[in-house]
Amino acid sequence: MSSTTVDHAHDHSHDHAHDHPHGFRRWLFATNHKDIGSLYLWFAFTMLLSGGVLALMIRAELFQPGLQLVQPEFFNQLTTMHGLIMVFGAIMPAFVGFANWMIPLQIGASDMAFARMNNFSFWLMPPAAILLVASFWVPGGATAAGWTLYAPLSTQMGPGMDMAIFAVHIMGASSIMGSINIITTILNMRAPGMTLMKMPMFCWTWLITAYLLIAVMPVLAGAITMTLTDRHFGTSFFNAAGGGDPVMYQHIFWFFGHPEVYIMILPAFGIVSQIVPAFARKPLFGYASMVYATASIAILSFIVWAHHMFTTGMPVTAQLFFMYATMLISVPTGVKVFNWVATMWKGSMTFETPMLFAVGFIFVFTMGGFTGLILAVTPIDIQLQDTYYVVAHFHYVLVAGSLFALFAGYYYWSPKWTGFMYNETRGKIHFWGSLIAFNVTFFPMHFLGLAGMPRRYADYPAQFTDFNQVATIGAFWFGLMQVYFILAVVIPSIKGGKPAPAKPWDGAEGLEWTVPSPAPFHTFEEPPVVK
Amino acid sequence: VVDSQGGPAVRQLNLQTPVTQIAEQIYSIHNLMLVICLVIFIAVFGVMFYSILKHRKSVGHEAATFHESTAVEIAWTVVPFLIVIGMALPATKTVVAMKDTSNADLTIKVTGMQWKWGYDYLKGEGEGISFLSTLATPRTQVGAPGVAPTEARGDNYLLEVDNQVVVPVNKKVRMITTANDVIHSWTIPAFGVKQDAIPGFVRDTWFKAEKIGTYRGQCVELCGKEHAFMPIVVNVVSDEDYKKWVETKKKEMAAKADDPNKVWTVDELKQRGEKVYAANCVACHQASGKGVPGAFPALDGSAVVAGEKAGQMAIVMNGKNGMPSWKATLSDTEIAAVITYTRNNWSNKSAENIVQPAEVLAARK
Amino acid sequence: MSSSHAKAPYYFVPGPSKWPVLAGSSLLLTMLGASAWVNGLSWGSYANLAGVFLTLVVLYNWFGDAIAESESGQYSARIDVSYRWSMSWFIFSEVMFFAAFFGALFYARSITMPWLADLDHKVLWPDFSGQWGNAGPAGTIESFKTMGPFPIPTINTALLLTSGVTLTIAHHALRAGQRGKTAFWLFATIVLGAVFMGFQAYEYIHAYHELNLKLTSGIYGSTFFMLTGFHGFHVTMGAIMLSVVLFRVLKGHFTPDHHFAFEGAAWYWHFVDVVWLGLYVVVYWL
Ligand code: HEA
Ligand code: HEA
Ligand code: CUA
Ligand SMILES: [Cu+2]
Repeated sequence: MSSTTVDHAHDHSHDHAHDHPHGFRRWLFATNHKDIGSLYLWFAFTMLLSGGVLALMIRAELFQPGLQLVQPEFFNQLTTMHGLIMVFGAIMPAFVGFANWMIPLQIGASDMAFARMNNFSFWLMPPAAILLVASFWVPGGATAAGWTLYAPLSTQMGPGMDMAIFAVHIMGASSIMGSINIITTILNMRAPGMTLMKMPMFCWTWLITAYLLIAVMPVLAGAITMTLTDRHFGTSFFNAAGGGDPVMYQHIFWFFGHPEVYIMILPAFGIVSQIVPAFARKPLFGYASMVYATASIAILSFIVWAHHMFTTGMPVTAQLFFMYATMLISVPTGVKVFNWVATMWKGSMTFETPMLFAVGFIFVFTMGGFTGLILAVTPIDIQLQDTYYVVAHFHYVLVAGSLFALFAGYYYWSPKWTGFMYNETRGKIHFWGSLIAFNVTFFPMHFLGLAGMPRRYADYPAQFTDFNQVATIGAFWFGLMQVYFILAVVIPSIKGGKPAPAKPWDGAEGLEWTVPSPAPFHTFEEPPVVK
Repeated sequence: VVDSQGGPAVRQLNLQTPVTQIAEQIYSIHNLMLVICLVIFIAVFGVMFYSILKHRKSVGHEAATFHESTAVEIAWTVVPFLIVIGMALPATKTVVAMKDTSNADLTIKVTGMQWKWGYDYLKGEGEGISFLSTLATPRTQVGAPGVAPTEARGDNYLLEVDNQVVVPVNKKVRMITTANDVIHSWTIPAFGVKQDAIPGFVRDTWFKAEKIGTYRGQCVELCGKEHAFMPIVVNVVSDEDYKKWVETKKKEMAAKADDPNKVWTVDELKQRGEKVYAANCVACHQASGKGVPGAFPALDGSAVVAGEKAGQMAIVMNGKNGMPSWKATLSDTEIAAVITYTRNNWSNKSAENIVQPAEVLAARK
Repeated sequence: MSSSHAKAPYYFVPGPSKWPVLAGSSLLLTMLGASAWVNGLSWGSYANLAGVFLTLVVLYNWFGDAIAESESGQYSARIDVSYRWSMSWFIFSEVMFFAAFFGALFYARSITMPWLADLDHKVLWPDFSGQWGNAGPAGTIESFKTMGPFPIPTINTALLLTSGVTLTIAHHALRAGQRGKTAFWLFATIVLGAVFMGFQAYEYIHAYHELNLKLTSGIYGSTFFMLTGFHGFHVTMGAIMLSVVLFRVLKGHFTPDHHFAFEGAAWYWHFVDVVWLGLYVVVYWL
């Protein structure tokens, strides 16, 4: 008996050492999912600003025809690094940050399945970012082959290309480990009674996203490894002279690339599926069909990749197959949109900032989805491929899609993270400002694309000037709204404000709302029981 | 700024005016898609905004509790499925038509190069014609960071070339695309044609322009720093005009075909070389010959230019690192001229100051 | 269950650890070094190798911590399940990595080759036949001979298949609590793996010297060496894992029903086996 007591006391002090790690060790050596989640979110936001600054340089150069601010070779570096940083540095890590914070809380787990590996996944990101950003200063500059790194242009690049390749390798390793962690956590650590079909939608979407990541990140690693050996070790994968094929690179890349875009949107669907019912005060409509739709999108995403390659000259059967397969994806995506609308239908809705961003997401994402559908029609795509129409399409789904969902999620869960309510008025200003500025920036790009303005252009025919100017003004405005977000919303709500109750939203459901706000360092050390 | 003839209009909102049947079909499929999407959009968001207005707490609406309905869910899976198939069917016909490059009246091979286009008329009237086509807009209209343009921009800024492709109206023209270095993409929006040009591979596409006029496009696959500066211009002319053009072009080519055994003076070669330099080399090595530090080496004061001519000939002809091989694109006389030019220009005063075309010819073997 | 098991927490969560951030930093050094190395900078190789070495040191310590936790009975059955899930998904990711290279081989053979040799491409490559195992259409690649399945690859197939059997015997022995027998058959498995690698190295030398078949031998050489090379690398990794397991068996780790490290390494070994069978068929036979 006495030994048990001693043991317990020992355990307790031991726990305490773990309980409140302080100073730099808390972050550097973190094994706590909440701390690691915060690290991811800070990292992602920093990258969003960095990638955003690059975007603003692009937009500034495009304010007028002619070359004013940057040389074309540097412009191409800006475009490439903007794409890489936003995709791999901002959007993906931000979703992983949400996963870290929320999945254990939502399923009643004490932490992620592999806490140390979780920290490793995070601490691979800064090295990758350092490699990417530092490559601007090596001879020849950063890679300028586009974020898709098409061969053989990528073979012509300087050392910056190799740094980008290695950075992507590292980020790939991080994503794979992160995904293994997420899948294992969800499959193995749910609280007793929480069956898969009782799981919150956010966990479902991440489960499926993690599966996509594990399936396609290695393929990307393979593709860029071939690029590396083509560049330095004399292989001929993408070189016709030796019997290789540049188009093969595109096939391998897009086999990764298309699922990748759903990797960036499925968790967004998950966030929105949590928020809409909470503010409609009504359960999510068609939970089961939401799960099936997510799974269908993931499965279909593996067989549509060549819709990025309609102009490479594929056989007609391939063009038709990829056109039909791509268009089919609108069906499960439509199911999601309809379910959200049906959730709102006959609800008792209020429109705090999370709901505003969620509704904004549904509205603007759908526009982006429709332009995607238009691009999926092969003959139309042949007109629009590599024009600003494509740029408009993917910013509608990525910025107003992924990024808006991230904002929605931030407003929804930040009371749980910080223990304080954000300032509602400022949140609304951030929403309306971002929504309007976003459309001012990217809506005119549809017209530019239809009229034929190619993307990745440092200079353009003067007929395109007006819409470009509008876009540039919108871009700076949009950027300012994000500075406002960090300075007027995020930082004040970390420092203080109205204390948040355990459950600040009366319609919200889920285990995360059963713990106090801010969530204590350790939660659910003994799993709760779900009815 | 005014509209570009055969290019984009100012503040143009839709696709360019089609001048082929394919482009016309694309135009109408796009309009159809747009309308269907708009209708669905309005229907879906009409419902959503109705709900947002009426089913809100502030107007006292109580939440219902329903959360599924198999019938509705099946309906909104099946109906979109049918709509999507309905959209794809008319497009299918166009896809098949676009791929049918058989029975062409004229076949032209187009080669993408950093950063210009090469055209070879392979089959049909005009067979044998071959020329390069580069941006005609002078750099003085473009400007550079910190250097304002010194000349007003024309209406076809960045959409004009020195040698236009000329084709007869109402004839089926098959374009075979390939490339020398990286992937480029050849397009004329008004024709509804866009085809990547892939190094080491050939691909093809076709058009049959139904209206006389000049039509413009631009390279649409990222191909390096001058990607924005390699436009495409196609001049569609009547049958007669086409015949005339073929004749003059053939004569011109015959006259231009320099005898590689002719012996030139330094000044003659320098003069010729300056043009070759401006058309081919200036993008990287710059007009000043100073290159771009870290990216493109300077020729002014270069050891290679000052050294033995064989060394410089080898680099120009075979390429090195980022420098392409010019063997195939420049004639013996042009290579000799441009080397002689660099050896006697700027501050350069090379010991071996002249290269004759015959020497280049010899080096080819 | 092991005797110490009763004490295990519901789900053991490790405390703060310095290993992950150190591993990240040493990988940064590795990759910076690699970038410099492939571009011919003299310090690159040193930085790269130092990075690899440091990474290994960190991993050694990290795994040491994990093994200590496991042996002190901190790992409940639930953790065991986590390890099983994670190893399965890790192997799935490896499958996809190989899929990229198998895909490249398939694409090059069945799509690129016929394409380059078709009528349209006579414009560019008038004399190209497209027979698999050629030196490319441009004539820039030295001619070479292709690699057949006899005798080495076939011997290697036999070796790997046998190693699968010996490993299974070792597993049965471990489950029966026969430590000596386990160690013996585990050792035999590692030896078979090493012999396989020996033959593979010999084959490469043969390819370079007698067949003039090199990494630079066009798409054939590229796919041949990258596929077999990555496979060989994975065999090495598998052999290292098995060696660690052997070492732990000798140290008295594991119990008849608690030995996931052994099983994980064994799964990996079988995966490497299966990849080889794929290689044997599509690289050597077809
Ligand atoms: C989050 C990212 C994301 C998402 C979700 C999507 C979603 C879709 N995308 Fe997009 N796409 C990108 C990111 C994304 N895309 C990126 C980054 C690129 C460019 C890459 C590059 O080249 O750099 C790209 C490029 C791209 C192309 C290639 C363009 C080109 O380069 O020529 C195509 C072509 O088919 C396409 C199609 C689609 C389709 C059909 C969808 C569908 O999933 C959309 C489905 C949604 C809807 C249709 C709306 C909701 C549905 C309803 C309301 C139901 C009712 C509808 C009907 C019955 C019609 N996308
Ligand atoms: C993944 C997400 C993502 C996001 C969020 C964005 C965000 C933005 N993008 Fe992005 N974009 C891509 C992904 C993304 N983009 C991709 C994949 C490409 C293709 C690349 C390629 O072709 O290879 C692309 C290409 C692309 C182009 C085409 C470039 C070209 O073809 O040459 C343009 C042009 O306007 C553009 C603009 C913008 C703008 C204005 C934003 C804005 O939303 C950005 C908002 C701005 C900020 C958030 C910055 C805020 C900061 C400040 C205002 C300064 C503060 C100062 C300090 C911190 C000191 N993008
Ligand atoms: Cu040539 Cu872009
Ligand atoms: Cu896609």
